[in-house]
Amino acid sequence: MNDLLWIFVSAAIINNFTLTYFLGLCPFFGVSNKIDTALRMAAANIFVLVITSFSTWVLNTFVLFRAEYLRLIAFIVAIACTVQFVEMVIKKTSPALFKALGIYLPLITTNCAMLALALFQTTRGYGLLQGQAYALGAGVGLGLALLIMAGIRQENELVTIPKLVRGAAMNFFIAGILSMAFMGFAGLFSSH
Amino acid sequence: MATKMDDEEKQKLYDEFVKGIWRENPVFIQVLGLCPSLAVTNSLMNGIAMGAAVLFVLVCSSFLISLLRNVIPKPVRISIYIVVIATFVTAVDFTLAAVAPDLHKSLGAFIALIVVNCLILGRAEAFAGRHGVKESVADAIGMSIGFTLALCLIGGIREALGNGTLLGYSLFGPNFEPWVIMILPPGGFLTLGAYLFLFAYFKERSEEKKQRQADAARNLTEGRRAA
Repeated sequence: MNDLLWIFVSAAIINNFTLTYFLGLCPFFGVSNKIDTALRMAAANIFVLVITSFSTWVLNTFVLFRAEYLRLIAFIVAIACTVQFVEMVIKKTSPALFKALGIYLPLITTNCAMLALALFQTTRGYGLLQGQAYALGAGVGLGLALLIMAGIRQENELVTIPKLVRGAAMNFFIAGILSMAFMGFAGLFSSH
Repeated sequence: MATKMDDEEKQKLYDEFVKGIWRENPVFIQVLGLCPSLAVTNSLMNGIAMGAAVLFVLVCSSFLISLLRNVIPKPVRISIYIVVIATFVTAVDFTLAAVAPDLHKSLGAFIALIVVNCLILGRAEAFAGRHGVKESVADAIGMSIGFTLALCLIGGIREALGNGTLLGYSLFGPNFEPWVIMILPPGGFLTLGAYLFLFAYFKERSEEKKQRQADAARNLTEGRRAA
């Protein structure tokens, strides 16, 4: 149990996917202009991550042990199917959410965080439960970074920023400072 | 007539090739393929290796996709593109692991993550799926050289400031205190931010210059008319 908790916290804040591994940067900069959309995106991310973790674990344990070289192809196909499935579920259950997420929902397929999660989980040899904790932690970490970024950007709309840094450059500076802040968590579990 | 056509075609290929290097640079202008361009660029060597891997994957997949573009059914094209890309990435991954194990280790999972690099899928969808083989390959080479250039610019700055070296050679002598933050994750964000700022500045300046020239020309003609 302790182990699972550590995996969760480690993935969520210490080794935050976005701010220390640079994963999932496209949605991080793309949908972080409003807290509302950011929250929805985070929820969709967590959902896809958890299902991906499960399906890649099944693939790894029962199928791929004989054909390691097919791993990348199998993983990416599994992720694409998961995203398609989530898309269908959201479309049926909540058309409003489906509309709000728009193009970013199918784009989760090419979000590096999903494939990275599957690969990291494989190289670290996580079991089913550990994988789930890891996926949940990674999803929470992505969501946390996305929400903080969205909050800062919303505030930023009210102040005057020099024309040259407005937009992409400013966002990168903010991300850099956030990343520095997250480095402070590195000493949280020094015994591990 | 035939030679004129050839010249035109050559010019067109050249244009497709050149545009990726600077005018539509994938990292600095289109802001695509960010994960690898920030994650592996803590040294110049890593940047070069990553660029080479992307060059191979992008050129091969563009070639194959443009060759098969009339056979691939439209509704499932994205999945097919991804499988094609994943195949080439697997080849690069295993080759690198066999030929240069140290480099493979320092790049880590990011070689495998080329599969989900938006740059490659973006070129497949926006270009290779709609153009002929020659144009697609020219476009792919140009784009990946532009990508490599960007990685080298970022990696060079980060290695020089964060470690005091370039490709392993000491730059500033023994008294230099390295800015460790530059090779840590925040340095990646800050360096790219600084570059984007710099490019915005150059763009602004060239536009101002154009505006001033236009103004001067207008004043001149108005002055003549008045006289």
